[in-house]
Amino acid sequence: MSTTEAPANGRHSMGKPMKRKEDARFIAGKGRYIDDIVLPNMLYLAIVHSDYPHARIAKIDKTAALATPGVLAVITADDLAGVGLAWIPTFHGYDKQMVLAVGKVLYQYQEVAAVIATSRAAAADGVELVEIEYEQLTPVVDPFVAKTDATLVREDRENKTNHIYHWEVGKRAETDAALAASDVKIKERVYFQRCHPAPLEPCGCVADMNPATGTLTLYMTSQAPHAHRTVVSLVTGIPEDKIHVIAPDIGGGFGNKVPVYAGYVCSAVASIVTGHPVKWIETRTENLTTTGFARDYHMDVEIGATKDGKVTALKVTTTADHGAFDAAADPTKYPAGMFGICTGSYDFPIAFTELDAYFTNKAPGGIAYRCSFRVTEASYAIERGMDLLARELGQDPAEVRLKNFVRKDQFPYASPLGFVYDSGDYHMTLRKALDKIGYQELRKEQAEKRARGELMGIGISTFTEVVGAGPSKHFDIMGIKMFDSAEIRIHPTGSGIVRAGTKSQGQGHETTWAQIVAEELGLDPQNLLVEEGDTDTAPYGLGTYASRSTPVAGAALAMAARRVREKARNIAAHVLEAPLADVEWVDYKFQVKGVPSKTVTMKEIAFAAYTNPGPNEPGLEATYYYDPPNLTFPYGAYIAVVEVDKETGETTVRRFLAIDDCGTVINPMIVEGQIHGGLTEGFAIAFMQEIAYDSEGNNLQPNFTEYLIPTSLETPNWETDSTCTPSPHHPIGAKGVGESPNVGSPAAFVNAVMDALSPLGIKSIDMPLTRAKVWGAIQDATKA
Amino acid sequence: MKVSITVNGAAYERDVEPRVLLAYFLREDLGLTGTHVGCDTSSCGCCVVLIDGERAVKSCNMFAVMADGHEITTIEGMKAAGKLHPMQQAFTDQHGLQCGYCTPGMMATAIAFLKHNPDPTEAQIRDALSGNMCRCTGYNNIVKAVQQAAAELSAPPSEPPAPEPAVAS
Repeated sequence: MSTTEAPANGRHSMGKPMKRKEDARFIAGKGRYIDDIVLPNMLYLAIVHSDYPHARIAKIDKTAALATPGVLAVITADDLAGVGLAWIPTFHGYDKQMVLAVGKVLYQYQEVAAVIATSRAAAADGVELVEIEYEQLTPVVDPFVAKTDATLVREDRENKTNHIYHWEVGKRAETDAALAASDVKIKERVYFQRCHPAPLEPCGCVADMNPATGTLTLYMTSQAPHAHRTVVSLVTGIPEDKIHVIAPDIGGGFGNKVPVYAGYVCSAVASIVTGHPVKWIETRTENLTTTGFARDYHMDVEIGATKDGKVTALKVTTTADHGAFDAAADPTKYPAGMFGICTGSYDFPIAFTELDAYFTNKAPGGIAYRCSFRVTEASYAIERGMDLLARELGQDPAEVRLKNFVRKDQFPYASPLGFVYDSGDYHMTLRKALDKIGYQELRKEQAEKRARGELMGIGISTFTEVVGAGPSKHFDIMGIKMFDSAEIRIHPTGSGIVRAGTKSQGQGHETTWAQIVAEELGLDPQNLLVEEGDTDTAPYGLGTYASRSTPVAGAALAMAARRVREKARNIAAHVLEAPLADVEWVDYKFQVKGVPSKTVTMKEIAFAAYTNPGPNEPGLEATYYYDPPNLTFPYGAYIAVVEVDKETGETTVRRFLAIDDCGTVINPMIVEGQIHGGLTEGFAIAFMQEIAYDSEGNNLQPNFTEYLIPTSLETPNWETDSTCTPSPHHPIGAKGVGESPNVGSPAAFVNAVMDALSPLGIKSIDMPLTRAKVWGAIQDATKA
Repeated sequence: MKVSITVNGAAYERDVEPRVLLAYFLREDLGLTGTHVGCDTSSCGCCVVLIDGERAVKSCNMFAVMADGHEITTIEGMKAAGKLHPMQQAFTDQHGLQCGYCTPGMMATAIAFLKHNPDPTEAQIRDALSGNMCRCTGYNNIVKAVQQAAAELSAPPSEPPAPEPAVAS
């Protein structure tokens, strides 16, 4: 069947596992990533980093570096101050951050100077020879110590305190009263450790100022090219039409490529000053030690319930470690992101959450790592809390969840912390998961193993996400509303070009965006070219992160396609010689009402748009800016089955089943792939990864030999399935999925290990659940 | 130092600095940017290439001068007779890639592995790929791709198609 003809049944292009269009270049080694871009007369920039976490800079001596063959310049904060760029605003605009250290360094590996040279090697040589004298200061590495203000991290700020802000939502007094009156209560501090997205391609850029035209072209690893163009314009004063941001192929982002980093700024300055293109490519150590980290939330979770297990109240009190600058990536009106989703999938009559954020001598960040702005922290808190409650009640954790889920008939559901959940059927999805994994048999097996002294655990996580930021009445970044956009041009022969304000970093937009448009227009998705990431050609959008591409730009694509279809319908009326009111879109073709023989395809109309449009506007294109009416709420039911070796503390994940409900699926192959990837990142966080600092402020995981990335050897074989509850407010019912598995899985793993260890009385161990940590807990428990 | 290195079947004579890594020689001297660099510690495997047709090496862990007199195959040289290598075909068929950054190194490792073990078990595949990191796929589909390629490569060669009879016009 030709895809331009109506299908016998089902859908035209969506919902099919279409192979990815972008693969052709990637499997041939013909992708074009940032370090593949080479321009004539290009210079190289490398950065000098601080050895110390907190120190005054007494002296920077550039002499030896400047004497190195090939080194052209060494720039420091003083040079940047000359062009007004010593400091730049942080992501949401509440704070400012040093580009290169101004007067003192605030964390280990902070950028202190930049060397510009004629080759990569000469720049690296120069870095070794920049001599910096430091006067060490006491570092503050613990937010609970930062709280005392005994040592001040940020002397530059007007308020002489390490406290950044207090944020709260919900009803404090009523929640406290409800907790006090509850039959059963749990209270536990859970820590979601500092971790790092670590995309395999590090960050980088090539800045190219054309002295003749005054245009600054920035090739950069950017998840949000338009936002970066606007920021560059606001910060430098260069008119926005003279800034051209191009995000080439991106080797994974996961939120790490949202912020603006020192290397980008220094490269741009160096190109403006020298008139040469300047390339900066991060090392892995630079990536792990200086660019956006995630999480670092210490959360006190309190849940009240009746004797029979019905929840009565939730309170979560968080201490957040933001590092040296308040550079968290959150919408401006949401300093703690979507943390208010912490009531999760459960119908709490009342809830309250508050958070205090602190500066410490650690790298800045707090980015949305494969996560919609702190939804991962929130989901971890509630899903750990529900398991602790089940244990306190002596009830099965699945039963406690089923007892407390928001019911299907309650949607749209207004949560006590201010969100309106769009749709869901939590009971159906968890029941499907329990059936599919054979939950009752597993519990029987566990009982037998426990009788033999073996440690087997089953962990559940039934999370609800909140994604698709967002509706302009609430969501903006430095004032720019978080809509997104699409532009479609159909060529005379029925192929076309589709552009969006998003930027794929592996998500497969070149395929899925074509599928959405093809579905709406009855055209062949193979002949719809998708283009993103070039600010001179793509319509303005806020980019790809926080699972917003499908909920926002995906909607814009469908709406733009419907605009194209309406234009086409007018031309079809002319071609079919029928009144407009009689021309209908039936089975992916225009048809005269009641006359199935009188039809015309979109491909034919495309030709007519340029050859015979009649009284209509010629051509066939449309643009749409979509402002979502609400967020979307994907959810899932995950079950992990683990065995813990009592002698070594080693956990083996025997099975992991993920049932996801992301509403309408555009391409099931891509959805499944995203779930596999997100589960693997969740697995890494649960068992292997932490950016930890010692008491002296030294970063203990500055490379891949310390910061462990799971390989094929330790990664479990993932089992996946789905349910489908479309979003009622999204034009195609889609909700977004890329982050669900990273949001929902850590709690499932930890709940499983704690379930395995429960016969020993062990209730809580913070991630990562390394062999050593679990072994230590077993030793402590069995000695006692 | 003067080196003679054959890359993807073409012989190159070059004068290279002794400290230049093979990965950068391939990328910057020869413009073969399909070989990627993802870490500083020889951990990630994005830079794996084939040496002498059957050994997988991390090209960031080897100086270009060490490749003197050897044959290197990069991702750009895997196609044969205009046709994708069965491993390339399998990676796209099985959705074994997302961002594509680890893909060239992952395929090079897998191709070398199948030369030594043409009919591997899943556990052997997982073990063989353990020097190559992927942040996107979670490996399920990469393992499936290697299984597909193994089946394809060990299948008896199909009969060459009969030549089209000449049609007199």
